[in-house]
Amino acid sequence: MGYLIETIYFLTAVVFIVGLKRMSHPTTARSGIVWAGYGMVLATLFSFAHPQIQAGPGNYVLMVIAIAIGGVIAWWGAKKVEMTAMPQMIAIYNGMGGGAAAAIAAVELLKDHSGGGPETHVLIMAVAGALIGAVAFSGSVIAFGKLQELKFFKDDAKFRFTGQQKFNAAVFGAAIVLGLVIALSHSSSGALISIFFLLALAFGAMMALPIGGADMPVVISLFNAFTGLAVALEGFVLGNSAMIIAGIIVGSSGTLLTLMMAKAMNRSVSNVLFSNWAALASGEAQAVTGSLKAMEPPDAAIQMAYAAKVIIVPGYGMAVAQAQHKIWEMCKLLIERDVDVKFAIHPVAGRMPGHMNVLLAEAGVPYDLIFDMDEINEEFSTADVALVIGANDVVNPAARTDKSSPIYGMPILNVDYAKNVQVIKRGKGVGFAGIENALFFADNTRMVYGDAQKVTAGLIQGIKDLG
Amino acid sequence: MEAVVSFFSPIYILMLAAILGYEIIGKVPVILHTPLMSGTNFVHGIVLVGAMVALGQAETPLEQAIGFLAVLLGAGNAVGGYFVTERMLEMFKSSKGQEK
Repeated sequence: MGYLIETIYFLTAVVFIVGLKRMSHPTTARSGIVWAGYGMVLATLFSFAHPQIQAGPGNYVLMVIAIAIGGVIAWWGAKKVEMTAMPQMIAIYNGMGGGAAAAIAAVELLKDHSGGGPETHVLIMAVAGALIGAVAFSGSVIAFGKLQELKFFKDDAKFRFTGQQKFNAAVFGAAIVLGLVIALSHSSSGALISIFFLLALAFGAMMALPIGGADMPVVISLFNAFTGLAVALEGFVLGNSAMIIAGIIVGSSGTLLTLMMAKAMNRSVSNVLFSNWAALASGEAQAVTGSLKAMEPPDAAIQMAYAAKVIIVPGYGMAVAQAQHKIWEMCKLLIERDVDVKFAIHPVAGRMPGHMNVLLAEAGVPYDLIFDMDEINEEFSTADVALVIGANDVVNPAARTDKSSPIYGMPILNVDYAKNVQVIKRGKGVGFAGIENALFFADNTRMVYGDAQKVTAGLIQGIKDLG
Repeated sequence: MEAVVSFFSPIYILMLAAILGYEIIGKVPVILHTPLMSGTNFVHGIVLVGAMVALGQAETPLEQAIGFLAVLLGAGNAVGGYFVTERMLEMFKSSKGQEK
């Protein structure tokens, strides 16, 4: 039986790798997840016959019930949720994985080790996996709450206090020391283990709490890598090769993805995790001069219809309003009028890298109209109209000019270089980073207020009226 | 010697898998970052099989309760991760259909 299980796990690992490889190309991506899905089903079914499972039939019943409850809730959640809420769904499912790894460690640690038990290095790995998994769990739950914009998390500043980093470091240090004590003394004391888990969970939550919402994608990606690592460590403990391979692949690819995302924001990961965003923002930011100038959709439509080149910059506002279909409809009208239409995507537009690409793909926008920041930034100076739809911080020129701004140094789309800028925006509020945007006050900028979907419908009507 | 080999073989697996993960994601277009992150999120749902083994070994009611929680969370990770990823990638498929 052992050989059969190992063979199945080996096959699962192979299928996962093939699946991930396929997922990294747009044309084969869909089949990639299906491949990986078959691998998961296969591994799960055969695990019922795992030779390490020795206990009575009662545990099998529990297993089936737990899989049914967890599976149905997750299935329902994933099917039900709006596309805009995908990032926080990734966060919460990632947290569940971390929690599962931590719980596996808890079961292993709580076993009575007096009659021999696992070797010390195995226990150290169990403790390490428990620590990382628990941090990923509580951190992801907080990230979920923040992205969901739950009221409790609204004000980042209230979770900041002086000496916070030292306090967090102390909690983390205490968790490590306690973990080592548990592992080295082969202790299965319920009290020690409970305190250890409480410290680890507290650290994860406190690590995520003060981080500004705009940085959340980087943090979720980091927790994703953490969970992978925790799964791999518990894989070592259980001697489960599928968990080791899958966990490490996620750990390393997740780390790389985190670095790439942080780089796209021109910040280091440690800067994201430890910088005190609010303290920076409260410094003397340059006063924004000028006034907001409103424009009605019909006028905006005329400006675009007679333009030679229009560059569209989508942001989170487009995602919230689900405006991508309307926008593509409008683009098709413009293209019929021989307007050169392009989409410019900032690496962190929306809530995640590629978030906008997914939505535009949903609407049917061809890939060759969609450009990354580096490809298109030169072109703004030759554009007649730059249409900003619900994007804010990623087009804020303060990132280029204002050293006191918290987003200073972040690469932005140079929308302000276009001849005319139109900004579709719900209201006069500030962006996710919580700062004013000088672009909106510039002489060549016009604000088109309203829900992105309704405004776009107005624009379509305006273009059609021109005949 | 045998003990040394069995101690080191997981370390080799670790090293090779780490390189593989790095390679897989290294050349990915930005467009696929979110779906791929979601995909890797699904892949670590394999924790489910470990949770099943842990629950299978549980003897005391406390161990059973924690094992139950582990399986529940692991199943949530795997199932949720799958459907979120699938829904995202579904869009790439539909957009291709419209282009034809």
